Amino acid sequence: MVHSTGETRQQLPPEEPPGTGAQAHGPVPVGTPAVRPAFDTEHPPSAALIGDCVHCGFCLPTCPTYTLWGEEMDSPRGRIDLMKAGLEGAPLSDTMVQHFDACLGCMACVTACPSGVQYDELIEATRVQVERHHQRPAGQRALRAAIFALFPYKRRLRAMRGPLRAYQASGLSGMLRRSKVLDRLAPTLAAMEALAPPLERREKLPERVPAVGQRRAVVGMLTGCVQGEFFPAVNAATARVLAAEGCDVLIPRRQGCCGALSVHNGRQEEAERFARATVDAFERAGVQTVVVNAAGCGSSMKEYADLLADDPAYAERAARFAASVRDVSELLAELGTVAPRHPVDMTVAYHDACHLAHAQGVRAQPRALLREIPGLQLREIADPEICCGSAGIWNVLNPEPARELGDRKARTIADTGAELLVTANPGCLMQVASSLERQGTRIGLAHTVEVLDASIRGIPVRGLGIQR
Amino acid sequence: MSVTHGTTTTAGPVPGDTPPEATSATGDAHRHSAGIEAVGRVARAVLPVTGVLSDPTQLRTYECDGLAHYRVTPALVVLPETTEQLAAVVRACAAHGVPFVARGSGTGLSGGALPRADGVLVVTSRMRTIREVRRADQRAVVEPGVINLAVTRAVTGEGYYYAPDPSSQQICSIGGNLAENSGGAHCLKYGFTSNHVLGAELVTPQGDVVALGGLAPDSPGYDLLGTVVGSEGTLGIATTAVVRLVRLPEEVRTLLVGFRSTDDAGAATSAIIGAGIVPAAIEMMDALAIEAAEAAVHCDYPAGAGAVLVIELDGAAVEVEHEYAQVERFCTEHGAFELRPATDAAERALIWKGRKSAFAAVGRISPDYIVQDGVIPRTALPEVLRAIAELSSSSGVRVANVFHAGDGNLHPLVLFDDAQPGAGKAAEQVSGAILDLCINHGGSITGEHGVGVDKAAYMPRMFSDDDLDTMQLVRCAFDPDGISNPGKLFPTPRLCGEVPGKRKHAHPLVEAGLADAF
Ligand SMILES: Cc1cc2nc3c(=O)[nH]c(=O)nc-3n(C[C@H](O)[C@H](O)[C@H](O)COP(=O)(O)OP(=O)(O)OC[C@H]3O[C@@H](n4cnc5c(N)ncnc54)[C@H](O)[C@@H]3O)c2cc1C
Ligand code: SF4
Ligand code: SF4
Repeated sequence: MVHSTGETRQQLPPEEPPGTGAQAHGPVPVGTPAVRPAFDTEHPPSAALIGDCVHCGFCLPTCPTYTLWGEEMDSPRGRIDLMKAGLEGAPLSDTMVQHFDACLGCMACVTACPSGVQYDELIEATRVQVERHHQRPAGQRALRAAIFALFPYKRRLRAMRGPLRAYQASGLSGMLRRSKVLDRLAPTLAAMEALAPPLERREKLPERVPAVGQRRAVVGMLTGCVQGEFFPAVNAATARVLAAEGCDVLIPRRQGCCGALSVHNGRQEEAERFARATVDAFERAGVQTVVVNAAGCGSSMKEYADLLADDPAYAERAARFAASVRDVSELLAELGTVAPRHPVDMTVAYHDACHLAHAQGVRAQPRALLREIPGLQLREIADPEICCGSAGIWNVLNPEPARELGDRKARTIADTGAELLVTANPGCLMQVASSLERQGTRIGLAHTVEVLDASIRGIPVRGLGIQR
Repeated sequence: MSVTHGTTTTAGPVPGDTPPEATSATGDAHRHSAGIEAVGRVARAVLPVTGVLSDPTQLRTYECDGLAHYRVTPALVVLPETTEQLAAVVRACAAHGVPFVARGSGTGLSGGALPRADGVLVVTSRMRTIREVRRADQRAVVEPGVINLAVTRAVTGEGYYYAPDPSSQQICSIGGNLAENSGGAHCLKYGFTSNHVLGAELVTPQGDVVALGGLAPDSPGYDLLGTVVGSEGTLGIATTAVVRLVRLPEEVRTLLVGFRSTDDAGAATSAIIGAGIVPAAIEMMDALAIEAAEAAVHCDYPAGAGAVLVIELDGAAVEVEHEYAQVERFCTEHGAFELRPATDAAERALIWKGRKSAFAAVGRISPDYIVQDGVIPRTALPEVLRAIAELSSSSGVRVANVFHAGDGNLHPLVLFDDAQPGAGKAAEQVSGAILDLCINHGGSITGEHGVGVDKAAYMPRMFSDDDLDTMQLVRCAFDPDGISNPGKLFPTPRLCGEVPGKRKHAHPLVEAGLADAF
């Protein structure tokens, strides 16, 4: 099948990458799991980090799965207990895996914990072990394989755009069809497609966008997979805003996926591969600062130092790279505003993307940038620390609870009465959009930089989706 | 008492060589398997599938509360959603002589919700609906699993809040608060949970559903509600609470005051209260506690302070204005070197953050620690603090002090490093000696964290055998078979026959004609 931009179709799974995950290490021998301890000795979750947990429970109310189900084993404290059990020799039973898998990785618990427990490191180490030692049922495996054969690859994502809806894609194997993988993926792809602007509006970014006026910084920009393919307007706005604020923006052509989805799902080797390529791409560009506009990508790029710590050729470079990564709002706040703002007379609700607020601690900067815009009224959403249920690919893997979380978030958003919802992650936008639509709430959607861009240029906020 | 880092230490004379599993407090896993199976069948019949847990992996996550030293895996966990479901499970327990333990959010610091290996853990975390807000009556009717702070959040829009505010308020449950008679910084002025619970629905240890108290301010007859509040889950399980809502004050002023020593800060506290001012809160932290809080939340407390007071005044604006001037004067007169009033909500939040995160923050300056909880008459504060300092210097064990100075509720944090041989033992001794200090000064072994399993052995230090026997009579009246949270609150199961078996003889006091069984 031929894509409307003239691209040849992509052969989707399964023979290509993963190269890691459960398949790479072979199935767990049948009949032995009861005696086999959960974790091997290669980077299991750290006993010392687990020991930091004082069992106070302060993390429970911010955990989306605890708020949904009210049970200990689906809370951060309970999951840490399970990791401890695993270290003490308990087997990696289906039940145990189910509770690790149910974790959205939203890191709200890291923010909430007064003892400084590094749950992020714990769950990442655990997920790698799960991928290595646990055999998931065939349907689930196929679904995961499909996701990881699709999302991190721009050209494949592009192939899914336009009139080519998931159901029509023909490169899929029979197994995928039988396992209803597409039924699961379809709503997500459909949501992306519904929100994405029509194809012809796709703005192609040059490799270099020069600073307007006096140059204050030279930055590299990550375009991202989903952001780049489905929300290109966000990238264009990012480049314009950065340029308006005095940045020379370099956009390396040969950049791929940053590996966020892989790292958040324990697919270590795949993640490392993506990370190395990303470091290479930006080193070639020779920039001191790398700017990201997708929260999930930014948070995983800031963790490259840990991810590549065991690779002598990359460890040091990865650490340098990680230190250079900034979320776009973070960088703009650091630089300080110079470009004049035009009024935007709108009430705006700002939604904290978990990977920005919890994983990167960036909460104040986007709000401050929005407040600088004359006429704009900022409204806070109740329970801001609770995840909307998107969480990378969690909503594809766990559609029902994700819908419930999305609906809760949509209700609190509707309660603000705002005209425009602003956030910094494509996943959140898609997730919340479908809940809002289901609920019949009419509200515009936009990325933070799109609002800044509109204000700087003195044009109406174009935004995405419903009020297009 | 809470010990960080999952160490094996605790205060109190619990013998270190007897694992909790083997004590009478926790039960024997093998004795009741038939009973457990029977209760499990009933539970599966009345509860949703996800409401009954028996997978060992899942059970394991319920093995301890906020006092992680004591760990026992329960035989069965149930998560009822309604009073009827909960009562059905309790009835089944009663029918089969299976002990049960209630659990709210599992933040208790005395092991009150420690499960029984031969029993059922009844968790209320799915009973979390605020059933009714009666603003005009200043009442709310809530289920036991409702989080303390959720009550306040639900009513602040209407100008009210729920006053008792344990530091754990964002997660502890109203049922747990009721069972522990929990308090918080603002209980100095507004009283403990017992002053704010006006009624409760209780599932008795026989599985009957009874109403205690109600919406009206007083109910005639014995104050059974008062008996149940603070009973630590030993008299049944609360399935509803009617709580009082308090009007949000017109004005709140928060003041952070730096002193050179805890003596000065203590004297200022006594002067303020002695003058008839009742602040909403007076909290004290000493130098070591300040260091911990700084490390954790960068609260920017006055540099070089030997102690700080966090003082909050609330009420009508004119009254607050007047009291504020006096408080400032008393502090200055007693050697305050810095007075820093919060100028906005963010500053107030930061001042409180330093105080409220102090327990968990101590983990940043010491690998392990014990949170002690004791009460003394406020006037004994300087003397007791000096004695604690002496204990600390003679034993070489560091003690940080964080406490509700206004009502003399001490929370000494005894620091140690379990990796050093003997350090845990030394810390236990200091911690125990602090409790003795409290008792000797006319105080009590717990201000708000409860007795649970942790301090049960201390009860005889405060009470005579006759006292304890009399308390047991109350317990027997509610729970003759001793199946409701057995092994907690009292040192050893006494009277009522063997726990959890049936009562065999009349109580000795009854036999002697000195008391009557209810
Ligand atoms: C960091 C930290 C700070 C704390 N600060 C304070 C403080 O400032 N003030 C304070 O008072 N406490 C404090 N606590 C202790 C604890 O939070 C309180 O005791 C709280 O009330 C326990 O509530 P819970 O829902 O966690 O109860 P749990 O720990 O689950 O149970 C506590 C006890 O209540 C019983 N119980 C629970 N639900 C019911 C019910 N529905 N019916 C009958 N019995 C029941 C249990 O059997 C158990 O004995 C703190 C704890 C932590 C970890
Ligand atoms: S990362 Fe999010 S979902 Fe996972 S345990 Fe923490 S709060 Fe819960
Ligand atoms: S808040 Fe931190 S210390 Fe407390 S239970 Fe959660 S992870 Fe453990």
